[in-house]
Amino acid sequence: MSTEKTTYTISIYTENTLGLLNRISAIFQRRHINIESLNASASEIDGVSRWTIVVLLSEEQMKKIIGQIEKQVEVIKAFYHTDEETIYQESCLFKIKSDLLFDERKIQNIIKDSNARIVTVNKAFFVLEKSGRRKEIELLHRELSAFGILQFIRSGRISITKQPMEISKMLKTFNY
Amino acid sequence: MKDPQTINQQQTNNNVSNHISGSEAIVRCLIEEGVDTLYGYPGGAIMPVYDELYKYQGKIHHVLTRHEQGATHAAQGYARISGKVGVAMATSGPGATNLITGIADAQIDSTPLVCITGQVFSHLLGSDAFQETDIVGISTPVTKWNCQVTKAEDIPKVIAKAFYIAKSGRPGPVLIDITKDAQLNTFDFSYNTCKGIRSYNPVPKVNNDALIAAADLINKAKKPLIVWGQGVILGKAEEQFKAVIEKSGIPSAWTILGASAIPTSHPLNVGMVGMHGNYAPNKLTNECDVLIAIGMRFDDRVTGDLSRYAKQAKIVHFEIDPAEVDKNVKTDVAILGDAKQSLEQLLPLLNKNTHTNWHNEFKALYDIEYNKVVKNDIHPTKDGLTMGEVLKEINIQSKGNAAIVSDVGQHQMIACRYAEFNKSKSNITSGGLGTMGFALPAAIGAKMAAPNRDVVAIIGDGGYQMNIQELGTILQQQVPVKIVVLNNEFLGMVRQWQQLFFDKRYASTEMVNPDFIAIAKGYSIDAKKVTKRENLSNAVKEMMQSEGAYFLEVCVEKEDNVFPMIPTGASVSEIRLS
Repeated sequence: MSTEKTTYTISIYTENTLGLLNRISAIFQRRHINIESLNASASEIDGVSRWTIVVLLSEEQMKKIIGQIEKQVEVIKAFYHTDEETIYQESCLFKIKSDLLFDERKIQNIIKDSNARIVTVNKAFFVLEKSGRRKEIELLHRELSAFGILQFIRSGRISITKQPMEISKMLKTFNY
Repeated sequence: MKDPQTINQQQTNNNVSNHISGSEAIVRCLIEEGVDTLYGYPGGAIMPVYDELYKYQGKIHHVLTRHEQGATHAAQGYARISGKVGVAMATSGPGATNLITGIADAQIDSTPLVCITGQVFSHLLGSDAFQETDIVGISTPVTKWNCQVTKAEDIPKVIAKAFYIAKSGRPGPVLIDITKDAQLNTFDFSYNTCKGIRSYNPVPKVNNDALIAAADLINKAKKPLIVWGQGVILGKAEEQFKAVIEKSGIPSAWTILGASAIPTSHPLNVGMVGMHGNYAPNKLTNECDVLIAIGMRFDDRVTGDLSRYAKQAKIVHFEIDPAEVDKNVKTDVAILGDAKQSLEQLLPLLNKNTHTNWHNEFKALYDIEYNKVVKNDIHPTKDGLTMGEVLKEINIQSKGNAAIVSDVGQHQMIACRYAEFNKSKSNITSGGLGTMGFALPAAIGAKMAAPNRDVVAIIGDGGYQMNIQELGTILQQQVPVKIVVLNNEFLGMVRQWQQLFFDKRYASTEMVNPDFIAIAKGYSIDAKKVTKRENLSNAVKEMMQSEGAYFLEVCVEKEDNVFPMIPTGASVSEIRLS
């Protein structure tokens, strides 16, 4: 098995219980593995949470970590995927002085070319939202930096797999 | 607590529905789960439960230990000898944190425990209240599951879930933290045992194709070696295991926690693997062609240098916990599932064999070990007493029927190497965590769970003093446990390493010890000290025949070493005899 490090997206279907985040993050911390990003949200199944964790690991390490995650009582199922196996996005927000929108015509072009969206505008500032790949967001950040960014925030990765996830089917087999 | 995952529990009682307090509910839940004994220590945040234990004292026996650590180890001893869930209880704050060592020990040694801690009122949570500590946060990495309860009505469901999780699949410790208001508030009580949790699959299904592949490898093997662990005992698979090895004729070695699953004297039992295990199974691990691991996890103390561990062999791994497969050693065939069921299904697929020549290789290596190590350990000719000869005397007197509870260090390795076992669940020791101070309280729990068995605690002078306060528990409960302290006035294993790897710089390993006999007598425990060989046999006999608790101190050679030994970082085949 390859020991070369790859970016993996881990998808964890869990019960929505207190303290589980602590349990999962301890698995990474104990092994000195840095979490690149983490997102927790609802999933397609009622009452089931879906977490997306991005890590840089060898496949061998990845398999062991998945085993440790699945071992947790309240984890229903955990998967890992490479970038090629998923559709993934990040989202970001920029807060920029409103003056610039009128004084710097270039900004309008940047907004148009990057497919970013203006969320709100007032006299003092406007907020720009952009969803996409990390590279696109980084490019936009670089371009806007020249004009001055008041605030910037980027979300963790969210991802959908190309292959089906058969969680509902799995849960149906539980018939105690 | 939101608890959507425990569904459709089945009624087990006659629908008794009484309006009771959370604290009474806790006690009634324990009784419903068949708990007859629990170990603990009271305090402010758990007092309502103790008040109920007072009222229910004819139905459930609470044992007051002298320290909360003692409570967890006693509960472990209880669980290990009986196969039942051990229960420990403590108050919030320091009471709860004192449980942690025992919980961590139970986690790494897969011992089913339910620990119940009191917690401050829920409105005080997070306010740094008196004796408030985040025990759920603290215990998370060392529990199989844990949970805080802040509402009385959640208690039955959570306790039912706790027992189910603790004992199912690969067992482990569970902690439930219950706020004082949850203990005091009342609700309508009913109890249903937990039958399943949708996110938790404790026993994977045995895959028939994997079994066939395993049987094929085993049948074709010329030099197969079985290494079994505690999974055989936890899975109650002793009979099936014996049938498998007897049909296949495969030499079988054990990990420290696997000891006693089959009798020591069984002709196919080739001894212990690991750092201080036997010469033959360690050496031949690197010569076998198929290594069959059953209910063991390839701990580093078993494997030595992994990059030189059984590289020539095909690896077959029978295991209940999927996370253990390929964790340390890459397997060729993994059979996930319950040991009993897997072995039962494996048996008809195996060919009959005897592997006589291969067995002769084990015998030849054992002869070398006998002449260089064993003989001098159990039949010494030098003046000083050895730990090995004490074990030999205990074997003679107990006829191999005693349960041996050992602590951690040289005496533990000697006990595991030389104790003779006729019955399963007879070797109770702290394997994975290596917790000094384990044996005395664990022996109390073991003896209370198996009152008809002889329970002999074998402890070093260091570990004995780590939980020596539990002599008070022995006194108060009148537990007829036999305590043997092998006193070399050193932290012997650390001293051995200092001698071998630190040029004899004995940093903080020499012990100035108290008068152990006076201490035992202070607790009204019969006691004797042996310093000469001619007195050993009678002293051991007197101890084994005594009705009550008995303390035997044996002053052994100060600077004896335990061999064989695989030094840290060495390969199993580099095992040293001196």
